[in-house]
Amino acid sequence: MESVKPILEFKNTCVSYTKQTMAVKYVSAAIERNTITSIMGPSGCGKSTLLRSVNLMHNLYSNIRVDGEILLNGENILDMEPIDVRRRVGMVFQRPVPFPTMSIADNVMAGYLLNNIHISKSEKAKTVEQCLRSVAMWDEVKDVLNKKGTFLSGGQQQRLCIARALAMKPDVLLMDEPTSALDPIATNHIEQLLLELQKEVTILIVTHNMGQAERISSHAMFMYLGELVEYGDTKKLFSQPADERTKAYLKGKIG
Amino acid sequence: MKEKVYNILLYVTAAVIPILCGGIFYALCTDAYGAFQHFGFFQFITSTDWNSTPGHEQYGALPFITGTLMTTILALIFCIPFSLPVAMFVGEYFKGTVVASILSTITDLLAGIPSVIYGLWGFFTLRPLLMAMNISPQGSGVLTASLVLAIMIVPYAASLSAEFIKMVPDDLKEGAYSLGATRAEVIRRIIFPVAGSGIFSSYILALGRAVCETMTVTMLIGNTNNIPTSVTATGNSMASIIANQFGEADGLKLSSLIAIGLILFLITAVINVIGKIMIKKARIS
Repeated sequence: MESVKPILEFKNTCVSYTKQTMAVKYVSAAIERNTITSIMGPSGCGKSTLLRSVNLMHNLYSNIRVDGEILLNGENILDMEPIDVRRRVGMVFQRPVPFPTMSIADNVMAGYLLNNIHISKSEKAKTVEQCLRSVAMWDEVKDVLNKKGTFLSGGQQQRLCIARALAMKPDVLLMDEPTSALDPIATNHIEQLLLELQKEVTILIVTHNMGQAERISSHAMFMYLGELVEYGDTKKLFSQPADERTKAYLKGKIG
Repeated sequence: MKEKVYNILLYVTAAVIPILCGGIFYALCTDAYGAFQHFGFFQFITSTDWNSTPGHEQYGALPFITGTLMTTILALIFCIPFSLPVAMFVGEYFKGTVVASILSTITDLLAGIPSVIYGLWGFFTLRPLLMAMNISPQGSGVLTASLVLAIMIVPYAASLSAEFIKMVPDDLKEGAYSLGATRAEVIRRIIFPVAGSGIFSSYILALGRAVCETMTVTMLIGNTNNIPTSVTATGNSMASIIANQFGEADGLKLSSLIAIGLILFLITAVINVIGKIMIKKARIS
């Protein structure tokens, strides 16, 4: 019954920036393998904070505390080494940030370069091509692989960042409003891409865009003031929200 | 009316500085002309003779150009292991903390100490130390001067480099961390390459400071008019020969000293302009 077991599970996960206030309060939820789960909610509701707890991003800042449990394949990541967790849980940020001093190919291989993982040239070329193909970019950049990635458009830069995360073959891919800095066409590209990618990787995506959540995610979370108000099937959450606050948010009354 | 007066006043005061600078440059050129005419420019900067015996007067700037080059390059080398860690500490490791601001304040304080005090410290503390350690028999020399110069330029190099290290966007660093990089790798692969041109330009500016530093070098370099044969040998820098000999100089000797001054002026101007342009470029990207 391996496939039914959730790949990621929050158990009473709390995140606090100061001693007095919690940004994320006792979130419990199980994420199924190879699905797209969107996290929605008004600004400041803790959705990005929750997302960033999964790859232990909060460990970079000494004032942030994460409590409870977050299980990745049944193992509590809060007890694991951040470096190991981050290799298994990739992340794509709001602003497309390819490394400006690296070529396009090196950007894809950045995870290997940064971790001093040495692989053969042919293997490297294979990974670069494979990752760029899976973000539908190979044909656009195959002739300029050794140029710096800074001349690419915003949408291309973001796809390059997704390729960079995919190169590490993560189990889970976290996305923090990956399309909010992009135009509608680039956004559409990325959304199509994510639908393809869920075959390979489980995606957890924070989005402000309700339409996006409805279009791409099979499961949806609604967070409000640090609490996970509602979590379930996206269609059901949109058509028959169980909680008054979810209803109000979907109608545009809060947030 | 009032505004007009104010405007005129503003223009006049703004014009004073360029005029002064131009005036100094003009005076240097006219006074140095005698030496260049007598020896020829190329001959002057490649000759090693410095002889003021009447009738056999012979002046060449090469020993002092060499002295300046040696002291500044050594100072720059000695300065890096002190300033770079400070910059990393302030700009990355302890960015925004009290410890960082205390450290950067103390580092900046170094820039405020009068150079004559550095000279005294070098002469009475460092020089005997070098002698006791058998590094240098006479104590003073190029090495002594460079060591103290290095300390003097640490604040210039460190605070500017720290600024460039601070400017590396968090997005980039988080991007690297999210791929499983360690802090050391983030520093090596992300922070240094991205802040690199800025850090380099801050060292260029520090170099500009070291080239024109006079008092400390005069007190510590030993003041001999020869090309230093080793790092512990004595010599003179372009600034120190002028400071040493301007009092009793006249005629051709004075003109030669001023010619050295002109060369020094041009070197520092070029270094500073290069440094400023590089900083501007680094800031934009």
